[in-house]
Amino acid sequence: MKRLQVAALRNGTVIDHIPANKLFKVFAILDLSNCTETITVGNNLNSQTVGKKGIIKISDRFFSQEEANKISLIAPKAKINIIKEYEVVEKRLLSLPDEVREIVQCVNPACITNHQPVKTFFNVVTENDETHLRCHYCERDVKLEEVKLK
Amino acid sequence: MKIRSLVSITDYNKEEILEILNLAADFEANPNRKTLDGKVIATLFFEPSTRTRLSFETAVNRLGGRIIGFSDSMTSSSVKGETLHDTIKMVGSYADAIVMRHPLEGAARYASEISPVPIINAGDGANQHPSQTLLDLYSILKTQGTLENLKICLVGDLKYGRTVHSLIMAMSHFNPSFRFIAPDELKMPDEYKDFCRKNNIPYEERTELAGNFDDADILYITRVQKERFLDLIEFERVKNVYTLKKSMLEHTKPNLKILHPLPRVNEIAQDVDESPKAYYFQQAQNGLYVRQAIVSKVLMNVPIF
Ligand SMILES: [Zn+2]
Repeated sequence: MKRLQVAALRNGTVIDHIPANKLFKVFAILDLSNCTETITVGNNLNSQTVGKKGIIKISDRFFSQEEANKISLIAPKAKINIIKEYEVVEKRLLSLPDEVREIVQCVNPACITNHQPVKTFFNVVTENDETHLRCHYCERDVKLEEVKLK
Repeated sequence: MKIRSLVSITDYNKEEILEILNLAADFEANPNRKTLDGKVIATLFFEPSTRTRLSFETAVNRLGGRIIGFSDSMTSSSVKGETLHDTIKMVGSYADAIVMRHPLEGAARYASEISPVPIINAGDGANQHPSQTLLDLYSILKTQGTLENLKICLVGDLKYGRTVHSLIMAMSHFNPSFRFIAPDELKMPDEYKDFCRKNNIPYEERTELAGNFDDADILYITRVQKERFLDLIEFERVKNVYTLKKSMLEHTKPNLKILHPLPRVNEIAQDVDESPKAYYFQQAQNGLYVRQAIVSKVLMNVPIF
């Protein structure tokens, strides 16, 4: 039997296959530091698909598809499993949202959103098999790997 | 009702671009029309640009409208910390339209979303300046008799120069071919070359100016700024190679016209001014008619000629 690297979860959500260097970004994007439920975190675990990976297990929390899609901005290969009574009852597939509001910061220092109380707004654009965010205001493209969270 | 702002040249489709150019031709034939009688237009210049402001204000005056506003944010409320949001809300309650220039990119788009009246973007930092693009198109149309199937050489700072980027977008409706002439440091960004490929617009790239525009209909020259160079020796070299001299025009086409968004520094030698192919001063003057057309269109106050 495969030895579990992180203790099993009874009810809740497991976010697996997070690239190790993205673990804390996922933590931030889901605002988990304000979560009061039990959270178990593992990082730098061995993974077949993403090299060193991170995993987050949250008791009694179930994310909406919208919340889950935020994760795809920073860890598109992450897997989300919903656990009930130690069993995986649902595997959530991640897909990029069409629009991203508020959570991401524009990389352009001269962008209005970095100087005035304007909520950020990006359109998700796919060109030549590459996906990036385009700022609705300054029209600058932000690559997914340079996404900075607010 | 949707408020008709003009923030970016891509806000207008081909028909709307042609509508502006036709209207500009009518205003050129007869610039004094009282179509804005009783209207108040605000010109909010959060950074100074005397050339653009005077052009817009003359356009409004010739149409019989009145102007309120400021020419420099140092004398306005934003220096006291008022947000752009509050300034636009306040001015939008007085004026029928707002012409604005702002140093921050995206400022005009944001203003257009909160303003009760149309916004005309007169430049938002390095981002957009659509009235410049429309006056460039008007100058091309006027001198060539058509916008279709032209060979356009873009010269100078193609990396940071927003006017050339907007010109590519706007000309894409008219089946052009481009030659991009720039030093390696200031080459056309991939984004715009991808745009050309996707729209089947042929383009070539060159690093030398001399001898590379004999087949051109339009030679569009932009300023090469010292601040863009890390290596000042390289800047001195580029500056000299990219100066257009009258002798370089010898083998060019008779219909060639030289455009420049002005102000020029030394990209065009003074002796070029006397050539009939020099068109940059008339180009600036065309801005007046194009801005009359823009203000009329956003206010849906298009005269019947
Ligand atoms: Zn931006």
